[in-house]
Amino acid sequence: MSRRTRISVAWVALAGLAVLLVWAYAGLPDFGHYRGPYGFVLDRIATPDRHMANVVNATTYDIRGFDTMGEEFILFAAVVGVVLLLRGEEDEEAEDAIRSDLVRVGGGLAIGLLFLVGLWIVAFGFVSPGGGFQGGVALASAVVMLFVAVSYRAWRRVGQETVLDPIEGLGAGGFVVVGLAALASGLPFLTNFWGPGIPGTLWSGGSAPLVNWAAGIEVCAAMLVLYTEFLEAHVVPSIRGTT
Amino acid sequence: MSFLPYAVAVWVCIVGLFGIVTSKNLIHLAVCLTVTQSSTYVLLLAIGYVQGGGPPIFKGVKLGTTSVDPVVQALTLTDIVVSVTVLALILALALDVRRDAGTVDPDKIGELSG
Repeated sequence: MSRRTRISVAWVALAGLAVLLVWAYAGLPDFGHYRGPYGFVLDRIATPDRHMANVVNATTYDIRGFDTMGEEFILFAAVVGVVLLLRGEEDEEAEDAIRSDLVRVGGGLAIGLLFLVGLWIVAFGFVSPGGGFQGGVALASAVVMLFVAVSYRAWRRVGQETVLDPIEGLGAGGFVVVGLAALASGLPFLTNFWGPGIPGTLWSGGSAPLVNWAAGIEVCAAMLVLYTEFLEAHVVPSIRGTT
Repeated sequence: MSFLPYAVAVWVCIVGLFGIVTSKNLIHLAVCLTVTQSSTYVLLLAIGYVQGGGPPIFKGVKLGTTSVDPVVQALTLTDIVVSVTVLALILALALDVRRDAGTVDPDKIGELSG
């Protein structure tokens, strides 16, 4: 099919789809008039019943925890796919390309700050906006600053499979282990056990904070594996080519 | 006015799909796919919005205060994380195509061979 024909066919198809979507969305409750009931039920039960102040995280890590576990494995599978496609043979060490001391010092300070922010988002995000998924990405960005602004050699100590793969496994496996621990104590899989705690504090919601940390570790390691693979496969060779 | 967020969701979805169909570059195509997926975030959050509702976090807020739907927010959250990693997988495939076919233009890749 020529490009021109394809685009004209697409116009017709997209116009049809747009009409169908508008028709479908017009049947939804008006914006701002959410009818529930699930959201309202969760808002009402999450704090008294699950002892969690953040209902979004109560949904993600407790009430819908099994679903989140599935999603974590989508993440895991996608990362494994990238690794299969990009991971090549070990190549030799490259020279450090960053020569400016100012950049290095600034980068080093930024790593500490970013890492702290990441930990804060994982830990306190559990009771205020944030959580394991968001904090994990922030933690990974802190570590990749090593490559961007400090030193390739320092990055290589972290950005390699022997370091990252076990951490990723720990995150993905930790989630399942928390689920199995509930099973071992005679409860259904991923039941929230281990004392309720005080809502609004870091140790609230029973085993859900453990799941939150497992997700944080998993997301952080998954992002770092992705960065490592892309950097080693494409960015590092091009730096080597120019220096 | 009350249909506007839904109209945005429709528009973002259609624009992304149009980009995918007309794309001349696999990386541009992957970005268009992300744009299409973003329409699901707009739709989900628009459905869950409650007029005058606060965030669904009951720390220092009286229980029973009107808040937006937490379920769609949790869905959007995991949706974003998964979309990022799937995007990485697609980009890795694009790099593979570039290596094998020497181009990232979907029209010029030609016949698939095993």
